[in-house]
Amino acid sequence: MSDPHIVVQDLRLSYGPKEVIHGISFQIQRHEIFGIIGPAQSGKTSLLRCINRTIDFSPEASVAGAVMVNGQDVWSLKDVHGLRRRIGMVAPLPVGLPLSIYDNVAFAPRCAGLTQRSELDGLVERCLRQAALWDEVKDRLDSLGTKLSGGQQQRLTIARALSHQPEILCLDEFSIAIDPVTTMRIEDVLKELRRQMTIILVTNLTQQARRLASRTLFLWSGRIIELDRNDVIFSDHPANRKTYEYVNGIFG
Amino acid sequence: MFAETPLVRRKLRQQAVAKWAFCAMAASMIIPLVLIVGYLVVRAWPSLSLGFLVDMPTNHMRDGGVWPALIGTIYLVVLSLAVSAPIGILAAVYLNEYARDNWLNRLVNVAVINLAGVPSIVHALFGLGAFVYAARFGLSIISASLTLAIMTLPVIIASTREALASVPRSFREACWNVGASRWQTIRAVVLPNSISGILTGVILQVSRAAGETAPIMFTGAVFFKAIQKGNPFPYGLHEACMALSMHLYTLATQVPDVKESVPFATAVVLLGAVLVVNAAAIALRVYLRSRKKW
Repeated sequence: MSDPHIVVQDLRLSYGPKEVIHGISFQIQRHEIFGIIGPAQSGKTSLLRCINRTIDFSPEASVAGAVMVNGQDVWSLKDVHGLRRRIGMVAPLPVGLPLSIYDNVAFAPRCAGLTQRSELDGLVERCLRQAALWDEVKDRLDSLGTKLSGGQQQRLTIARALSHQPEILCLDEFSIAIDPVTTMRIEDVLKELRRQMTIILVTNLTQQARRLASRTLFLWSGRIIELDRNDVIFSDHPANRKTYEYVNGIFG
Repeated sequence: MFAETPLVRRKLRQQAVAKWAFCAMAASMIIPLVLIVGYLVVRAWPSLSLGFLVDMPTNHMRDGGVWPALIGTIYLVVLSLAVSAPIGILAAVYLNEYARDNWLNRLVNVAVINLAGVPSIVHALFGLGAFVYAARFGLSIISASLTLAIMTLPVIIASTREALASVPRSFREACWNVGASRWQTIRAVVLPNSISGILTGVILQVSRAAGETAPIMFTGAVFFKAIQKGNPFPYGLHEACMALSMHLYTLATQVPDVKESVPFATAVVLLGAVLVVNAAAIALRVYLRSRKKW
């Protein structure tokens, strides 16, 4: 295991007096698709928010332990906006910003200081193509992102997350608002993107993690139940009985 | 299958009664407005003319027009909002977008709410002490405008915060996730989508600043002030001025034997000015809403 991309070390997170992540440690390798499964309230989203430090926007949250990206502790970083640009984040519910489709995708590069129209044009097209949305919107890039259908908005969100050319892409239950066909198309895209970046896939669909991830982490109310290669997690004999029950839907 | 049972009949009857009762209450709102405006216009009719707007008062204010008061009111309203709108909007942006929920923020909140509830005569006394005497602005347009600004400030802060809070948090989070700073988020997404609400709040304060008499009667408004006719900027900022609300109060209580229609015509002018501004506000809001993006 050389040069892990992300290292989480004894991470603890509390909202006020209530601790929701109880000291978890794991590593994510470069260019792997890393699945995270677990029921609601198990801390999956909070974990992602610790990695890109948007947890900063919850004033009642307090964090202990280390999260390292490329060997650098994110809590000691000066340029938190630079960190967030290196990490693409896709939220569960699609959020088309109330801007045109073009501006939705060009927003992040512009914030980072890119103003050249020709460069932006190329970037916007590439990101929309990667998100499997280009063909549907190429003739109406000036219309509002909020007027797109739910599934299209979710792909727009993915395009926006790719627009700042991240090295890590976090997908937080990206498929709950979109239909199975589109989901499959995006999954194909993710397999492509894996060559360029590390992907963290948080999902409620255990089968999705099984299809895409190389390793999967099973999180249960703020603790790691099991983390292993997919052929172990989804086998008949994972190390923990709970994992087997959760993955196979026999929970009592 | 769909028989009209007594229960169904009762439900339908209740529904009809409720609908008509609510409708009647809503419609009754029109009555006072029509009565007030109609009464004023009828009583003011003999004096109403374009000349009334642009003439000086004559015969010791018993006749003539309201030109100096109209101009004075415009001065006061424009200056006071020029002070209170930027401060109020910036303060609200800070409170809503930046400030954490700590004791300072809560203290500011309490202050804003309480200031909004302070009677205007108390603002007048504060203005008298702070601007007329302590700051030595004297009885002047500056003192009166600043007093009006203090009076309108808390309401502008409250209405601006309301408008900002109506922008969904998910928009902000989407911006933060792609590495936008708070300011970039505010500029690109929050302000463009709350600007109609913010402007509405500000413009509603125009009518309040124009209509209040108490805050200006000790700080800058006088019974009579002769001004140059034809000069659009006849007042200096360190001078006292006339104002429509003050003029109305004077005519109604201090001047004997006023021509009967003059105070009513003054009220119509004040009402008309406020209605014009409100109509402009509504038009602006409709325009901005049509560009609202979700």
